[in-house]
Amino acid sequence: MATMTVAKAINEGLRATLSNNAKSLLMGEDIGALGGVYRVTDGLLKDFGPDRVVDSPLAESGIVGTAIGLALRGYRPICEIQFDGFVFPAFNQITTQLAKMHFRSSGRLTVPVVIRIPYGGGIGSIEHHSESPEALFAHTAGLRIITPSNAHDAYWMIQQAVECTDPVIFFEPKRRYWLKGEVDTENPGPASDPFKAHVLREGSDATIVAYGPLVPVALAAASAAAEDGHSIEVIDLRSISPIDFDTVEASVRKTGRLIVAHEAPTFGGIGGEIAARISERAFLHLEAPVIRVGGFHMPYPVAKVEEDYLPDIDKILEALDRSLAY
Amino acid sequence: MGSTQLPTPRINGTGQHIPEGMESGDPATGMVQLLGPDGTLGTDPVFSDYAKRLEPEQLRGFYADMAKIRRFDQEATALQRQGELALWVPLTGQEAAQIGSGRASQPQDYIFPTYREHGVALTRNVDLSELLKLFRGISNGGWDPKENNFHLYTLVLAAQTLHSVGYAMGIQRDQKLADSAESNEPKAAVISYFGDGASSEGDVHESMVFAASYNAPVVFFCQNNHWAISVPTEVQTKIPLFNRAKGYGFPGIRVDGNDVIAVHAVTEWALEHAREGRGPVLIEAHTYRVGAHTTADDPTKYRLSAEENEWRSKDPLDRLEKYLRAEGLADDAFFEQVKQDGDELAAYVRSTALALQAPDIHDAFAGVYAEAHPLVAEEQAWFREYESGFESEEEAGH
Repeated sequence: MATMTVAKAINEGLRATLSNNAKSLLMGEDIGALGGVYRVTDGLLKDFGPDRVVDSPLAESGIVGTAIGLALRGYRPICEIQFDGFVFPAFNQITTQLAKMHFRSSGRLTVPVVIRIPYGGGIGSIEHHSESPEALFAHTAGLRIITPSNAHDAYWMIQQAVECTDPVIFFEPKRRYWLKGEVDTENPGPASDPFKAHVLREGSDATIVAYGPLVPVALAAASAAAEDGHSIEVIDLRSISPIDFDTVEASVRKTGRLIVAHEAPTFGGIGGEIAARISERAFLHLEAPVIRVGGFHMPYPVAKVEEDYLPDIDKILEALDRSLAY
Repeated sequence: MGSTQLPTPRINGTGQHIPEGMESGDPATGMVQLLGPDGTLGTDPVFSDYAKRLEPEQLRGFYADMAKIRRFDQEATALQRQGELALWVPLTGQEAAQIGSGRASQPQDYIFPTYREHGVALTRNVDLSELLKLFRGISNGGWDPKENNFHLYTLVLAAQTLHSVGYAMGIQRDQKLADSAESNEPKAAVISYFGDGASSEGDVHESMVFAASYNAPVVFFCQNNHWAISVPTEVQTKIPLFNRAKGYGFPGIRVDGNDVIAVHAVTEWALEHAREGRGPVLIEAHTYRVGAHTTADDPTKYRLSAEENEWRSKDPLDRLEKYLRAEGLADDAFFEQVKQDGDELAAYVRSTALALQAPDIHDAFAGVYAEAHPLVAEEQAWFREYESGFESEEEAGH
């Protein structure tokens, strides 16, 4: 066991991957000498050299497009997109090429590319640096999308993403980069399946589903609700595509109430998908409508008002009150 | 416009240095041409030496390939007109650009085509009936790309140019390992095809930036066929496309794309350049799409028949036939045989295409992910159940 931040855990996970898999390599802007703008790749250029840790030209489509070519040649590229809002120049390569290559080749080709994207707000940053675009990718068949919420998961999930034969988008909760946690680098334990949701706190009155940066917020809301006598179950979704509906459904069958929280706008989002699926699977077990807590239908606002935009403990508690009132 | 931009030291096909002042290509246009429309062979300080290496058998092979693929193109067009293909993308007029470049590639090279490279597919030994699967709604791909190092057609313009560069970066890394292991694996390069229309796409720019930065072993092969559906090349570029290479810092060559000998020569040169670790090359093959962009298009709405006729007079097959006859390298019997072979190929392609079986939707479910995926499994299970409901209704009805 070692204590480390989420950023360091990803760094150590990447180091383990580069050591264990000779075909793996990192690509991205400023990931070499600088070690990435969040220092997630710090020290890796020095230890693995410029053929394995590639400082790329400043072109996101180029990063993902060339990664596809490398994967076709048998490599396992791990791309870094510097910020969530800058992934869109690569959107065409990700959705029309990366996601479909296996399908359009009738299964003959595989493109095991990992795309790391720091995402989410709450860091007081400028425009395009605080977005949560996961639903745009979740809508695209052929991609897998995972997001850790803690250091132990971060260490293992990045390695599992690289081992996966399918392309994986790895969303990193950037405001949790500095969150420290215990990491067992010997044994993944419950983190052995990156596509499985984790019940982090058991409860009987309602379920909160969250992922990535909102997991600590959901846990804090559950603690606050406990002071009011409510027993709240908290699920860390971990995987956004596929979604582990079995775990969510089992929880809802027990609690009868479901709140889904994410930073992304609720309209057309992951919360809506979970609400619809759970309504289909467990309609008669629901005591209240599924309630979503998320961003408004607006571009991510300026930093000075982002606290009003972001889901927080109070917004989740308000949603819990509404749910429990049914 | 300036001449074709060869790097220094400038060497020809036999490794000889080219003296200063001797430039490849026409001084005014930069165009490298060896076999003129009248069927006479000219000279070039660099590329003549490549042409001299060609055996008569290869020259006859070029002709046979071009004639075959033109016949194939006619048959596929006919199949579309008869309602057997949703669409066809004809290549007529571009045979020399495709056969010349494809025949310059080696088996270890990897080819990324657009969606019109039927001639290149022929040179890579792809079963041509496989090309029709995409257009008959049977498959989004068709052939196994790894079997002949010929990638699937890419319909999103220029997306494959980046894949080409990434693949070349992979070759580069493999080469380093092979060098350290003192392996005798032949050195490889990539050819990346695109057109004058796609040259405006951002991915072409990014691919050239990446290729230059990493000195990737890739040959960018631009078939400038003068029309991007209805829009002429002048709207895509204000300078000759091969000159763009200068801006990226690697050689650019303009070649007469209807001259199979010159196309073969410049592509051989460029591939050698790339395989030897000297970096990327851009070839602009000046050619013409004699037919429509696709069978859904009507060229009479946007271009003059006089222009089409002018290009017909530069036909790639006619000029090679003139040369082969004048040099006594092929006789009537040869041309008759080529025609027969073309008809046989057409008959084979027609019967094979018509016999193609529709795939099963369950193959589609199986192809979405390489690893098990619960949502796909759930939806497939639902669909099986749904299907079986109809079967039991049928049984009840009988």
